[in-house]
Amino acid sequence: MEVFFQQLINGLTLGSIYGLIAIGYTMVFGIIGMVNFAHGDVFMVSSFIALIALMVITTWLGVGSIILALLIVLIIAMVFTSLISWTIERIAYRPLRGSFRLAPLISAIGMSIVLMNFVQVAQGPRNKAVDPILNTVIILFDNGTYAVTLSYKQIMIAITTAVLLMVFWWVVAKTPLGRAQRACEQDRKMAALLGVDVDRTISVTFVMGAALAAVAGTLYLVYYGVVNFADGFTPGVKAFTAAVLGGIGSLPGAVLGGLLIGLIETFWSAYFSVEYKDVAAFSILAVVLIFLPQGILGRPDVEKV
Amino acid sequence: MTIAPSQPVAAAVASPARDFAGAIKDGLFAGLIALGVFGPLIGFKTVVDMQNRLILETRWGLLASIVLTVAAGRFLISAYQRRRADTPTAKPAFVWPAAVSKGLPPAALLVLFVYPMMIYGVTGGSGALKWIDNFGVQILIYIMLAWGLNVVVGLAGLLDLGYVAFYAVGAYAYALLATQVIPATFPQLGVWAFWICLPIAGMLAAFWGVLLGFPVLRLRGDYLAIVTLAFGEIIRMVLVNWKDFSNGYEGISTIPRPSFFGIPFNASDTGFAAVFGLEFSPVYRTIFLYYVILCLALLTAWVSTRLRRLPVGRAWEALREDEIACRSLGINTVNTKLTAFAIGAMFGGFAGSFFAARQGFISPESFTFLESATILAIVVLGGMGSLIGTAIAAVAMIGGTELLRELDWMKLIFGNDFDPAQYRMLIFGLAMVAIMIWKPRGFVSTRMPTAFLKSRRKISSDLVKEGHG
Repeated sequence: MEVFFQQLINGLTLGSIYGLIAIGYTMVFGIIGMVNFAHGDVFMVSSFIALIALMVITTWLGVGSIILALLIVLIIAMVFTSLISWTIERIAYRPLRGSFRLAPLISAIGMSIVLMNFVQVAQGPRNKAVDPILNTVIILFDNGTYAVTLSYKQIMIAITTAVLLMVFWWVVAKTPLGRAQRACEQDRKMAALLGVDVDRTISVTFVMGAALAAVAGTLYLVYYGVVNFADGFTPGVKAFTAAVLGGIGSLPGAVLGGLLIGLIETFWSAYFSVEYKDVAAFSILAVVLIFLPQGILGRPDVEKV
Repeated sequence: MTIAPSQPVAAAVASPARDFAGAIKDGLFAGLIALGVFGPLIGFKTVVDMQNRLILETRWGLLASIVLTVAAGRFLISAYQRRRADTPTAKPAFVWPAAVSKGLPPAALLVLFVYPMMIYGVTGGSGALKWIDNFGVQILIYIMLAWGLNVVVGLAGLLDLGYVAFYAVGAYAYALLATQVIPATFPQLGVWAFWICLPIAGMLAAFWGVLLGFPVLRLRGDYLAIVTLAFGEIIRMVLVNWKDFSNGYEGISTIPRPSFFGIPFNASDTGFAAVFGLEFSPVYRTIFLYYVILCLALLTAWVSTRLRRLPVGRAWEALREDEIACRSLGINTVNTKLTAFAIGAMFGGFAGSFFAARQGFISPESFTFLESATILAIVVLGGMGSLIGTAIAAVAMIGGTELLRELDWMKLIFGNDFDPAQYRMLIFGLAMVAIMIWKPRGFVSTRMPTAFLKSRRKISSDLVKEGHG
């Protein structure tokens, strides 16, 4: 039972990171119907930016309060990652809008290779580790042999995720910007006729997705304390799995899917085998798509006859 | 999405001075963006120091030069475009002369057949090895894989991102059969191992193609792409983790090399060189491998062009265009999709078994998602469904990145720390993006119809709905 609770906590922590990345996939897919393959690598880049920002702030500027430092790091990572994603959209995806379907997909795969190798060339191929942060744990309960613990960083990850999801949900549901996004999602041509600046809305969508990926990247760095140039691919695919599982195009679905993937992965590692945890996650993707193609919270696809 | 006609008019009215100011503004803006994009990752470098601690180094000079290059480049492009906007001229579409387009395939074929001899004649024994192996064999493997994937993506319109799984199946089938099964059961067949295992590897890969095809029959487009990607990753992770079967990351070594129909390529008295009265040299094996993969690739091309004309090939193309219409016309979409997967996978399996035989060593590292993406990129860059376009794309992308390994002279300019090979994949990725923007439909963007009424005319590929699944 104790193991179960511990894995529940760990799974939810990991799942909220996946959920944050998944939102970027789900929003972009919802609006332009494209799998943004480079999104996983944008997440990895944001982790590196967070690493560099953390080092500049703590060792160079000497900011003592770790909470304050992390807050600044988060904002820096969000700003720079959004800028990178905006540039990518401008260079690699916008010229291909309205072109045939595979062109943006290949362009995105190319961009993913570029980001990965850019980081490898610029920062080197080795793992980069930071000193552990916020490692203090709270013992929730202890039966003598096994203690269920909750670390400060897990609390921080949960709070940050919850707050940012509220903010983004509010933006999408209540602001004119969110209304424009939803209009573009339903019918891009019609939205353009009614005066919505479609190109701008799509750019904003990319920026929002990247900002959330940057939050995930920062949290990932804090949680694991190590980052590598090749770290974007697997979390990226898992986050996409989460987006599909939750129903692609649906924001709550992406978060739900992320949590589920995180839980499945940690429980599988705890009870079966660590080696096959990714196999389990990907098999679930295939099974869900085959039996429930629209995902858990997605709308079924209307087939035109 | 912007409304084009207003721009030339505005530019024509504006004075040259304002154009210039506008270009400067563009350049400054681009520089600012570049500063933001490259600032953190170029400006700072994370280095592990002697005490194994992470420290930061700054590279302001490099950052400044990159930002200035981007700003200057954007300024020049912008100034050029503003000048050009005054005199809009319609560029006539480039058309290959009929003689070239007719004569290209046979000429290319001839070059392919004489290539090893030519190289051998030009560079002599030892130099030829590298050129035939790195450029000839390497590129031909990708051409074969791309032609195999072309059946699935180009003809049947099924977007497959896990093609490398079948390549892996073929490679491991040959490796395991030739190192474990054949020595244990029929040791005297050892020299024939490659020729026995090649068809088996192809059949096993085709079987796996069907196995993947069955559950994903209902999926299309991007969903299919993601499931096939997941399938490829599952196969790779099983190969990594199931150590009893595949030996994990260590891989399988001492895989027997192919023989010249029973005559091994070694220095012994029964070896190839001795039998044919030649001086022993490793180059004969490489030339032989070159012709083997050339024949396998041509087999792929021949089979796929033949199949295109048969009912099953026409059903593939019909399926790509409109699945619902296919069903209404009574085409069995299940069988059609499964045959496409199986035949594509079979060629992947052949290529994989050749790869294992050529390397003599395989490990899961060779079967990553990047390989699938590269093969798919070659198919799309070439213009889907076009065999010659695909071959051109493979030469450009694989040959181009191989050439970057040869750029050692650049060390003379940029200093000894500069290693051009590490920019290989970076340039590869940039080329993928650039070619897509320049030619979204690939190099060869028209194709000839298989079935036609009265006259056979070229079809622009804008009318082809590849990738809808």
